[in-house]
Amino acid sequence: MSLLLWVAFPYVALASLVGGTVWRYRYDRFGWTTRSSELYEKRLLRVASPLFHYGLLFVIGGHALGLLIPEQWTSLVGSETTYHAVSLYAGTAAGLAAGAGLVLLVYRRRRTGPVFAATTRNDKVMYLLLGGALLLGIGVTTIENGLLGGYDYRQTVSPWFRGIFLLDPRPELMEGAPLLYRFHVVLGFALIALFPFTRLIHAFAVPVKYPFRPYIVYRRRTGTAPATRAARRGWEPVSRD
Amino acid sequence: MRVMAQLAMVMNLDKCIGCHTCSVTCKQTWTNRAGVEYVWFNNVETRPGQGYPRRYEDQEQWRGGWTLDRKGRLKPRSGGRARRMFTLFSNPLLPSIQDYYEPWTYDYATLTSAPLGDDFPVARPHSLISGEPMKVEWSANWDDDLGGGPDLARRDPVVERISDAVRLDFERAFMFYLPRICEHCLNPTCMAACPSGAIYKREEDGIVLVDQDACRGWRMCVTGCPYKKIYFNHRTGKAEKCTFCYPRVEVGLPTVCSETCVGRLRYIGVLLYDQDRVTEAASVEDDRDLYAAQLDVFLDPDDPAVRERARRDGVPDAWVEAARRSPVHALISKYQVALPLHPEYRTLPMVWYVPPLSPVVEALRDSGHDGEDAGNLFGAIETLRIPVEYLAELFTAGDTEPVTAVLRRLAAMRSYMRDVTLGDPADPGKAAAVGLTETEMGEMYRLLALAKYDERYVIPTQAAAEAAALEETACSVPGSGGLDGAAPVSGPFGEASGPPPTPTAENFHALKDRQTSGALTRPQDRRGRVNLLNWDGKGSPDGLFPGRDGDGR
Ligand code: SF4
Ligand code: SF4
Repeated sequence: MSLLLWVAFPYVALASLVGGTVWRYRYDRFGWTTRSSELYEKRLLRVASPLFHYGLLFVIGGHALGLLIPEQWTSLVGSETTYHAVSLYAGTAAGLAAGAGLVLLVYRRRRTGPVFAATTRNDKVMYLLLGGALLLGIGVTTIENGLLGGYDYRQTVSPWFRGIFLLDPRPELMEGAPLLYRFHVVLGFALIALFPFTRLIHAFAVPVKYPFRPYIVYRRRTGTAPATRAARRGWEPVSRD
Repeated sequence: MRVMAQLAMVMNLDKCIGCHTCSVTCKQTWTNRAGVEYVWFNNVETRPGQGYPRRYEDQEQWRGGWTLDRKGRLKPRSGGRARRMFTLFSNPLLPSIQDYYEPWTYDYATLTSAPLGDDFPVARPHSLISGEPMKVEWSANWDDDLGGGPDLARRDPVVERISDAVRLDFERAFMFYLPRICEHCLNPTCMAACPSGAIYKREEDGIVLVDQDACRGWRMCVTGCPYKKIYFNHRTGKAEKCTFCYPRVEVGLPTVCSETCVGRLRYIGVLLYDQDRVTEAASVEDDRDLYAAQLDVFLDPDDPAVRERARRDGVPDAWVEAARRSPVHALISKYQVALPLHPEYRTLPMVWYVPPLSPVVEALRDSGHDGEDAGNLFGAIETLRIPVEYLAELFTAGDTEPVTAVLRRLAAMRSYMRDVTLGDPADPGKAAAVGLTETEMGEMYRLLALAKYDERYVIPTQAAAEAAALEETACSVPGSGGLDGAAPVSGPFGEASGPPPTPTAENFHALKDRQTSGALTRPQDRRGRVNLLNWDGKGSPDGLFPGRDGDGR
């Protein structure tokens, strides 16, 4: 069980992330979008979307800080209490911002007729997972780290997480972690596994080249015959209704 | 100088009868799908009127187009690169569906399925967005023919810019139709605003297109375009826009809107322009100089220097030839009777308009004067401030001078041709008064009034362009990389690495080698290979046989 949850599952999830993204890039670049619903409703979206996205960016940054950077390194620049305070307060703030944004977004999605009509089952599953992971994340930060005094996940969760990437999985590290942590991690990896198959894929559309490209883009016509293109490999969507 | 060719359009507004045939045929061709129900790549607006989407010309609100920053450089009005990157997550400047209009259908089924009763069953409108019954309150041409009364038309942003006195008076003055498509600008803001770089301008014909596979649905282009001629498909989550019917023009057919235009008022042709001067022209300081600046960017295809340069820059001869016969070039640069729509947006639009003289003629007629008399017309153009100022706001950033000049030309032509048709002696003075010779006057008249199908649409095909290219390469060139990331046929180290040399270049080198060196060339050196068709049978040229020492030279 431990092996399954803390070794097999993360690897399957990561493989799905990479494979799914490649597959999507090969065969479904047309579907690579969030299908924005701003056209239907924009008052709520104006507040909720930046709140959620910026909150989430900080959350991700926090994860990178906590998971990828070994404790020894941070202790070089500051004490453990400083780190703890930063992770607790900044983490809670970012989590709450993202959470509030998500609540607003889901509320908007449910209450605005056209937006709800444009919501697919895939979206609903994704929202459930995302919401769950976020809620548990806020939970571990506030309860385990705040109210219960502080659990040093950088002794267990972080080395385990790095172990996965160093091809040196150490499932026993996760055994000792509190239940909330373990749930959070499982949901997190479930989200990673589904990532390429949901609208979350749009996160990989970050326009990194935009600040560096010229404003005006010229391209040659492709194809050798007028207005035709070679059939793509694999299947092509016929209609998108 | 770098010569580029673009297909451009001119519309003669005097002839538009506002029948919307162009809009309907365009819609049936391109936007009759779910997700773009509200989209009209071609729409016809009554002016004065609010337009579609409502009040799109109010750039204080929508912030489309370009402005100059403090250093005088071009910057999208909605913000430059940094600002856009930080505000990616929300785009409050996007018009909502209500600003366009909520598309609807009727529940026709009730007409046949309603139970027997005293009342006639009625098909009620249902929203195509929410599916709910709705009250139809606006559409793409709700204020057609000044429908809805002066109150709607008074909210026309162009009217608001003209003085108060005018505002109270205008509804007595004039009305005309303005058909609009995407301008396929030389300096498009839609493209500049696209974070994904999915919008591009085709090098061959200047058509601005959205790569549907690269678009990520940021919607920034909709904000960027001051003409609001790029739309968001709310089903697919991608931007879509007028394609200038590229599958048609590539084979030499006019766009659907032109083909079906009842008034036969659209002209399509090639314009040559200098790509190096585009940015410079778009950033001239005074809005009112933009018209002249853009005229300056266009090149004269009759100028041998331009033709020479065009050949070097890879513009096919067929296209340069077409540019010489181009009706668009004639109307814009030669007779100078066409004007760009809202040059002050600084996108350098490529669909130009011959402004309507009819408001002036009608005003004259209504006041009991002869609407065809040159003197009367000239006088009226000077005194009828309202239509002229309005047209100037539309076409020349408020500068009445070019508009007056165009209207005078049209008026002179009208009165000159009346003499001719009525059998009176033609008056060369009338032509000279507006700076034209009598021949030019006749030609301009022919182009504006009589031009047949093949005079209105001078569209060189892509096949012609390709044939020229193929002549040079003697085989089809596999794409290097290509859009789909398809691997190039020959790898970076394969024999045919890089684009194959053209036969002419190959022959040149072979002949040169032959004349200048007595040694054999290596067979693996492709440049030294001999084209047997060029071999005169005398001697054995270099490269005909492999070298003996493996080196050859
Ligand atoms: S008119 Fe067309 S080319 Fe110009 S900015 Fe708008 S969408 Fe782009
Ligand atoms: S089809 Fe021609 S005449 Fe009719 S509205 Fe369109 S542009 Fe005007």
